[in-house]
Formats: sequence, C-alpha cells, structure tokens
Amino acid sequence: MKFKKLIIASSIIASSLVAQMSYAADTIKVGVLHSLSGTMAISETTLKDTVLMMIEEQNKAGGLLGKKLEAVVVDPASNWPLFAEKTRELLAKEKVDVIFGCWTSVSRKSALPVLEELNGLLFYPVQYEGEESSKNVFYTGAAPNQQAIPAVDYLMDDIGATRWVLAGTDYVYPRTTNKILEAYLKSKGVKDADIMINYTPFGHSDWQGIVSDIKKFGSAGKKTAVVSTINGDANIPFYKELGNQGISAEDIPVVAFSVGEEELSGFDTKPLVGHLAAWNYFQSVETDENEEFIENWKAYIGDKKRVTNDPMEATYIGFKMWAKAVEKVGTTDVDAVEQGLIGIAVPNLTGGIAVMNANHHLSKPVLIGEIQEDGQFEVVSETPGTVIGDAWSDFLPSSQNLISDWTAPVKCGNFDVKTAKCSGQNF
Amino acid sequence: MKRIFSVLLTVLLSFIISGQALANTPVLTDAENTATDPILTELVSKLPATKLKKMLPLVEQIAAIKDDRTRNVLELMLNGDLYYLKADKTVVSALKNDDSLYALKNVLTDESLSPVKKSKIRKVRTNNSLRGDIRSFIAKIDLTDKNKDVRIQAVKQLLDNPSASGLEAVQSLISQEKDKDVRELMNVTLLLNQLKTGNHAQVMAAITQLQDTLEPSVKNTMVKMLNALPETSKTAEQKELAKSLTKVINAIEDKRSFFEVVENIFFGLSLGSVLLLAAIGLAITFGVMGVINMAHGEMMMLGAYTTYVIQLAFPNLIEYSLLMAVPAAFLVSGFVGIIIERGVIRYLKGRPLETLLATFGISLILQQLVRTIFSPLNRQVQAPEWMTGSWVINPVFSLTYNRLYIIIFSLMVFFTLLLILKKSALGLHVRAVSQNRDMARALSIKSDWVDAITFGLGSGIAGVAGVVLSQLTNVGPNLGQAYIIDSFLVVVFGGVGNLWGTLVAAMSLGSINKFLEPAVGSVLANIIVLVGLVLFIQKRPKGLFPQKGRAAD
Repeated sequence: MKFKKLIIASSIIASSLVAQMSYAADTIKVGVLHSLSGTMAISETTLKDTVLMMIEEQNKAGGLLGKKLEAVVVDPASNWPLFAEKTRELLAKEKVDVIFGCWTSVSRKSALPVLEELNGLLFYPVQYEGEESSKNVFYTGAAPNQQAIPAVDYLMDDIGATRWVLAGTDYVYPRTTNKILEAYLKSKGVKDADIMINYTPFGHSDWQGIVSDIKKFGSAGKKTAVVSTINGDANIPFYKELGNQGISAEDIPVVAFSVGEEELSGFDTKPLVGHLAAWNYFQSVETDENEEFIENWKAYIGDKKRVTNDPMEATYIGFKMWAKAVEKVGTTDVDAVEQGLIGIAVPNLTGGIAVMNANHHLSKPVLIGEIQEDGQFEVVSETPGTVIGDAWSDFLPSSQNLISDWTAPVKCGNFDVKTAKCSGQNF
Repeated sequence: MKRIFSVLLTVLLSFIISGQALANTPVLTDAENTATDPILTELVSKLPATKLKKMLPLVEQIAAIKDDRTRNVLELMLNGDLYYLKADKTVVSALKNDDSLYALKNVLTDESLSPVKKSKIRKVRTNNSLRGDIRSFIAKIDLTDKNKDVRIQAVKQLLDNPSASGLEAVQSLISQEKDKDVRELMNVTLLLNQLKTGNHAQVMAAITQLQDTLEPSVKNTMVKMLNALPETSKTAEQKELAKSLTKVINAIEDKRSFFEVVENIFFGLSLGSVLLLAAIGLAITFGVMGVINMAHGEMMMLGAYTTYVIQLAFPNLIEYSLLMAVPAAFLVSGFVGIIIERGVIRYLKGRPLETLLATFGISLILQQLVRTIFSPLNRQVQAPEWMTGSWVINPVFSLTYNRLYIIIFSLMVFFTLLLILKKSALGLHVRAVSQNRDMARALSIKSDWVDAITFGLGSGIAGVAGVVLSQLTNVGPNLGQAYIIDSFLVVVFGGVGNLWGTLVAAMSLGSINKFLEPAVGSVLANIIVLVGLVLFIQKRPKGLFPQKGRAAD
C-alpha cells in the first residue's frame, strides 16, 4: 500500500521535473510543504494527501484557467530549519504559484521570512495561537477566539465551571493560548486561586502526579474543568491516567484543542468518552457537502476506516478559495490573487459559508463536541453564527490595540488603532 | 398403571395452573402501575422533542415516578443508549448488533422492534452536567439496591450532591441498613447535613463525630463555615465553633498530607519501575557487553507493536493479550537483536564510535520500516479490564492497578534476569566473556555465540518493556526515542555492568523526579534531575556502584 504511494509520489516528482522542462507554461504548480517523515508525519501526511486529492478533483473538472494543476511535493521531515530551505526550493527553483503546508507554529515561523522575501503564497490550515498576520500567508485554521474562547464560554455557561485547570505542552501555542485564556477568565471575575496552570514537556507520558494534583484541585467543592492544550502524542497517557484515577467527564470535563478524529483513531477511546473538543469541523456533522467529501476521501485513500478532521476541512476551504480567486482575477500572480482572495466565500463542510476577511483569517462556525466510543464527536454546542477570526487577541495587553487589514488604505498586518501606525514589521 | 398416570396428569395440570398463576402476577403489577403509567408514558414521549437546556426538569419529573421502568430509562439515557425513531418518535433502547444494524426495544412496553439502520434513529441528547444529575437520580433509587457496592456508590453520589429528597431517603433507610461501610457513609452524609443546617449544639456534635473523615466534601464544608464566621467580634458560641473547626480541619489536613507523601512514593516507584524495565535490557548490552546500542529504544517499539499485532490477531482475547504478548515480544525483539548483532555489531567490535553511529542508523531504518508497514499514525492498543481503574484505599488515597502491576512485573523481570546471570550456565559464560574474552575462549566458550545470545537477551527484555509501555503511552514509530536517553541515564547513574545499581538508580531517579514535580513543575524537574546527574558523574564517573577489582579493567 504505502510502497505504492511512495512510487506514485516519486513518479509525481519525477514527472514534474520532466514537465518543467517541456510544458512549463501549460501547468499551474502547487507546492505541498508537509512533513512526510519524522515526528509530525503522523499529522501532516494526511494533509499532503488532501491537497493531492483536491488537485486531482480540480484537474478532472478541467483544471484552472484552462491549465492543468501540478503538485510539487517536498518533505521538510519535521525539521524546522528545513521548512525554510524547502520553501526556498519551491519558490525559487520550482517556481510554484501557491504553497499549502506547515503544521506547527515554529515551522510556519521558519518559512515566513522566505515567503516574504520571495513573495510566495502560503495557506496554513491548522489552529494556532494568533498574534500574526502576514501578507503572504492565509490562515484557514482557527485563531484563539474561534476555538479557545467559545470552548471556555461553553464550560462556564452550560457546565457551570468556576474553577479552571489550564494544562498544556510547553511550547508557543499553549503558552500564548493560556495567556489569552487567563486574561479572559480574569475579565470574567475568576480569581487567581481558582486557576491552575501546568506545563509539561513534549511527549510527556508519566501523568500520575499531575492528574492527582488536578483531582485534589477539583475536590474543593466547586465545579472544575480542564482546558487542555496538550500536544497530540502526550494526550493518550493523560486521558488513560484520568480514567484510571477514577475521574470521569462528569466530575471534571476536559476540553481539548488538539484532539480530533485522526488522533482518536490511534486511541483506545474508552477513557475519553464524554470529554470535549472544540473545532470548526467534525466528521459527524450531517450535511450533503460533508458526506460527499468523506466519500471522496475514503475512495481516494482506499481505506474505508480513514477519518476526516478539522485541518483537512481547513485545507479544503483554502484550496477552494485559492481556485476561486485565481478564476476571479484570471492569473496566478501572487499580489493579484492575494487581493482577490479577500472577500471570497466558500461553503463550509459543516453548513454555512466561510468568508476570507481582510486580516487573512476566516469567518467560521465553532462547534463543541463530546467524544463518543467510536472515536467520533457528538456536537453539544454550536455558535449561533460564524465567528470572525481575530489575528491579534483583545485579551493581551501587547496586542489589544492591533488590527490587521490587508485592503487599501491600511494594508498592514499589525496596525495600531491608537497611534494609527503600522509597525512596518511584516508579521 | 392408570393411577400413576392420573397422578402424573394432576401434577402436570397443577403445574400448568400454577404456571398460569405465575404468568398472571406481572399482569397484576402492571395493573398497579396503570395509575402512574399514563404520566410516565406522557413524560417519556416528550423526551425526543425537548431541547437540551429544558431537559433537566423533565428528567426530574420522570425520576420522581415510582415505577420499575424509571431506572431503566435513566440508566439508558446515562449510557447514551436511549434513542428515538425518527419516523414516529417512539422512544427505544438501541444496541448495535453484529451486522451494523441496531436492535431496538420499546422502553415502556419492553417489546422488541425490528432492527434498523443508524440513520433511522437518533440519540436522546444528554451532556455532562445532565448526566451528573441523572446519576444523582439513579443514586436515590439505588439506595435500596441489593448489591453493597451499588449502595456505596449511591450514598457517595448523595454525599457530594445532596438533595432534600435524597437526604430524607438516607434518613429513613439508615436504621435498616445492615452493612457497616454503607451505614457509616450514610451517617457521614447525615452529619454533614447536620453540620450545615443544625443548631449550635448539633453542629458541635457533628464536628466531633466527623473529625476522622477524609471525604473531601466534609473538609470543604468546614472550611466554608470557618470562612463565613466574622473576623472580629465573635460571640462566645462562634469562638467555640471557630476553635473546634480549626482543630478538626488541621487534623484532616495532617492526615491528607501524610497520604500525599505516601502517594508520591508510589508514583516515584512506579516511574522508577518503568525506567527499570526500559534500562535493564540496556544494562546487559551496554553494561555487560560494552556495546552502545542506540537502537535499544526501537527494540521496545517492536515489543509494543507485537502487542498491537497480537490484539489484532485475537480480538476476542483482549484480557489475555498481554500475557501472550510478553513471550512473543521477547522472541520478536530478541530475534531482531540477534540479527543486528550478527549482521553489524560483531564487525565493529572495539570501535565504540562506529558502533554508536551504525546502531543509530539502524534505529532510523527500523522507525521508517514501521512507518511504511503500519503507517505513521499511532496504533490503538487496548487495556485489558484488569489493568484499568484503581484500588481505592480511602477518599484521598488510591493506587491505580496498571501502575501496581507494572511495579510487580518489573521486579519479576529484574530478579529473573539476575537469576539467569548468576545461576545459569549461560550467565556464567556471559560473565566470563565480559571479564576476559581470551581466557574464556581458551576454556572453550564460544564467545561469538555468547555475544549474540547476550545481545538477543538484552533486546528481548527491551521488547518486554515495550509491552508494558504499550499500556502507558502511544504506540507509534517514535516510541523508542522517548525512552532511550532515560535508559542510558539510568545505566550510567547506576554503574556500568551492575544490575543492582540499575535497580537503585531507576527507583531513585523516579522518586526524585516525582518529589520535585509538585514543587517546580515537570519541565524544571527533568532539568534539575539531568543537571544533578551530570554533577554526580563528574564526582563519581563510574556511577553509584562501580565495579571493583580486576573485572573493572
């Protein structure tokens, strides 16, 4: 199976080299910058396949501007500096028109200077900590106000939580998200003594002490909830330990921002049932678009058990938007497409319409789901309309005056509304 | 003959009649139920259309009806097995059967309906807070259950979320309760209520009686009461109350902190036993043979994947899968170990740097191989029933079963290995070769084969460690990398070539880590342990228990 894919992938690369020589003018090149080996391969390989599937579909429908699309797949191997090198390779050597890629924030930060130097175009499909808006990047995943804040609102209003554990892996996304959440909770009148913050290293597997602390923290007679920004791999031992120490979702619910269908497919889901996750997409949402997408995906990948997840939807929306914008402006020129993308609307897979805003972030609905035994989510809460992605959080003192607007006359990623100045720095 | 026949006939007849009478009894109870029946039917039929936010009052009404079916409805709802037909909104229980259809049963009439596809039915919605309430409602019903554990759970539920009707039920049942544990818990529930609502004398009496209870809600209530008292200008009664409250709270606090220390020791030993399992194979290959094997972690990964394959091959024997996986993983990893030794390491004898690089390369090859065969995604290894849950000793102290078994298992592996090395012929040969290779060869020991078998043994033990790790962490291609550094730390700290040193080192590293963690957080705890270790090695380069005498050279 895998071997076959390897052959296909290498033949695509080989054929792309041949194509470059003879028919360079007749194709539009799409760069795929996802790790296919190393730690992040677990999450990113799926997104590479999603992009390839979208390209295949687009080509079946006649391509774009009368040209065929052609994928250029590179492997940055979960190695952050390599993301910059591979971005340079894609832009300078392969001369791709657009790149879909990156997962971790550090990989995006690594590719960013190259993108801005060579004026590339990147679609970034993963939820992230915000505090960034580059002219050359479109963020189709959730900003903190599209995931973390609605989740906390749900726990506060519907579950009645008054005591909070913010648990995360020790890196930039959890640290920033927790800073935002802490400020938000305090603005809602939660006291310092009712917030417990805990960081653990990557891949932490011995959760006994921390879970026991959470249990003690939660036995103070107030409803307690855990907001987890724990990174993928460390999650399973964490939930196992919760289950073993007898903490159920009814006692202390855990809402996670990094646990989706794909991660759950590697889990023994018994200890997780009833815990929560906040995303903009769940595979279980019943709409015609979603059913078609799931069917296509299963057929493309040749595995009936494969699941879909939120970053896949973000990739799907990003790809559709880019294709629409290219048709609209009639060229693949980065500056034209960048302006053309703002205002483009594409139907969500979960119903409703996603719109690309002037700050390069999407308007999307936010869903809260409870984990079921089959590894799927059941939606228990949904924002009434769509939420506009906010690049700069209003709850951090350093960014509360900043906005991002890439339309004229502002044309700035970090415009200070108080001083009416653009810091000039591009991200 | 005829008489016998007639007797038989009468007996038969009487059976039939009594059988009919038996069959009649449920009909009679049904008749009794008819008084409440229309209400229950009406309320249950409201379930499908009710919004989640308005569900609680409805469920409360249902729970208030004294009917045998009430508990069933609540229980089904709690477990998420309560559905309704999209077509006519009949409320049913649904169970998935083999051919991915759902077997339905009307919850009110108990009649079975024909199985349908998932798309024909929809779940009656619940969420966490509603399920918590349902649990309380069921608890009230369960107070009279025959099973002691069910009753204890029920009282516990009411202790943490007391309601007026629940307390009434406890009050009326306590005198009939025969079991001591249940009665005690009921008593605590009532005393707690007395503490909250009684007059001064009653409160004082309740405080004295509750001073030995560790239930968190008791302490919480007392702390709340103490905080509610005015800071200054207390009345004489209030002063007395504050004094005895402070005394009892301090006494409870002391007991809790004692158990906290005991708990930390357990956590430390349990982390230590995982480190021990991971390191002990390395203690043989690195410690005894002197081979720096960077692919040691991948041997563990292979063991974990063996567990996965076994569970895949025998999906009905999950309970025994670990017992089968232990020997299988030993063989698989041991076999791969022998191949590595025969194929690569023996050509690099005496060249540690090249061995290090070669084995590191092998580790990368093995990782990518697993990625290619099993996909880069984590694989799901299930935990058998006996490895889940915890042994509750008192309300603030419990031991999780999986950790308990792992401590025992790692000690078993340790002592078995010790026995092999000290008492068996193989052990003798291994020690002979590692101490003086030429002399051993002169005494007709096949040193090449001893090397291969020793390396296989070390790798096999790593495979067994992988089985254990599959119960604690993710089974993925990167599993081994997370443990390889810790393993080397343990072996170096304990002293190369000394199994006892490995045991002491693993347990002390685990305990130090767990005692530091609550104070400084787990990130800093790791750093402190590492820095401490580096300093220690500066002082004693040969570890805790260095080899002495001629063997050390």
